[in-house]
Amino acid sequence: MSLRITGAVARRVVSQLRRDPRTIALIVGVPCVLMVLLQQLFGRDSSVFQEVGTPMLGLFPFITMFLVTSVTMLRERTSGTLERLMTMPLHKIDIVAGYAFAFALVAVVQATVVSLLALGLLGLDVAGPNWLVVVLAVANAILGSTLGLFVSAFAETEFQAVQFMPAVVLPQILLCGLFVPRDQMAAWLRAISYALPLTYAYDALARTAANEIDDVWFAVDCLVVIGSIALAIALGAATLRRRTA
Amino acid sequence: MSAAAAIRVTDLRVVRGGAVVLPDLSCEVAAGSVTGLLGPSGSGKSTLLRAIVGVQKVASGSVDVLGQPAGSADLRSRIGYMTQAPSVYGDLTVGENLVFFARVLDASEAAVDRVLAEVSLEEYRGRVVNRLSGGQRARVSLAAALLAEPDLLVLDEPTVGLDPVLRRDLWELFHGLAERGTTLLVSSHVMDEADRCDALLLLREGTLLAHATPAQLREQTGEDNLEDVFLRLIEEHA
Repeated sequence: MSLRITGAVARRVVSQLRRDPRTIALIVGVPCVLMVLLQQLFGRDSSVFQEVGTPMLGLFPFITMFLVTSVTMLRERTSGTLERLMTMPLHKIDIVAGYAFAFALVAVVQATVVSLLALGLLGLDVAGPNWLVVVLAVANAILGSTLGLFVSAFAETEFQAVQFMPAVVLPQILLCGLFVPRDQMAAWLRAISYALPLTYAYDALARTAANEIDDVWFAVDCLVVIGSIALAIALGAATLRRRTA
Repeated sequence: MSAAAAIRVTDLRVVRGGAVVLPDLSCEVAAGSVTGLLGPSGSGKSTLLRAIVGVQKVASGSVDVLGQPAGSADLRSRIGYMTQAPSVYGDLTVGENLVFFARVLDASEAAVDRVLAEVSLEEYRGRVVNRLSGGQRARVSLAAALLAEPDLLVLDEPTVGLDPVLRRDLWELFHGLAERGTTLLVSSHVMDEADRCDALLLLREGTLLAHATPAQLREQTGEDNLEDVFLRLIEEHA
């Protein structure tokens, strides 16, 4: 792996996004609007807003980065630039890591803005440290973008790439514990939820909100999220092919 | 294999999507020359070039480039490849594209200035690629292939859609590079480019019709116009 090339890829992806201010505005603006809607819908002091609000701060970056990365990567494949890169002296992991870095950077902006809004104006209470919420939101974003990179290998068109969002992301959201606490799920659903990375990302945020970060399960959550990111990067690099049909 | 062969293709067979694109191809490209790969659209030119740069899955046969099997990691810093469709980032400027590829290739900022001059795009450095014409985009793509001063340049239709003056300038550039020892393999589907090459590979339906210099081909077929030479060769093969 080369830091020079990873950095070059990350800078390039960021410059491409900078050329597209509307996408940036959507990435940052949409979660803000949704957060306001959530607070207005249930009310500032409702248990729903207070319990769901913090995990939502992690779900937004997870979803947006999954989508944006899989489409950007697919574009790289179809435009021929990936083929050109594959003839150059770089490692496949440099490309994947470069993408992950770039979208992590975007996620820092997104997570910071949405968190400031939620914790400040909207009155979301987080018993644990506030900075940890932002850190976990960024981890969610990296998880989303690395999964998006991996999944984009199986999409041939942008339509297919977009359809992978409901296919890969929605089941994880349904089973992560947001809608039904996991200890109330049917055993087979709970078994599946253990195998999904978002479950741990959700749990880490929920524990931060409840200030249970001394709990051993919080450490387990963090380790699983980091492991899933590493695994997704490795799988993403493995599914990039130098030789294609 | 002659000592001066930069590329040696032996019994290459490529199947794409169930269709045999190259049934059984063998050829050589001399080092330090400008070799033209000519043939109509769909004749397998791009597939052959992709096999040479090591991005094409091959069914059987071998491709050796600069003494190593095509696709070897060591070759990646020695080959410049320009794909048929301009493979540059449309939403970045010309300069941003070249600076990115220069960083990946560990080439200098000076290399960016050099290649911009070589393809006559100095004034377009700050322009977003999507706003450029097709020919200008192709030149950005070519410039990226020139960045690392590779030993072998594989160019897939680099002069399509360019005005005659630019085309002449680019062919002069290619010959200048060859004089300094670079090997160039340039594909084209326009016959009038053939005369600018030191050697020609004529490809049709995945089969090599001829490998010779333009002068040899004229002598062999008795035709003066290279278009007619090609037609005559097809008739002989039929």
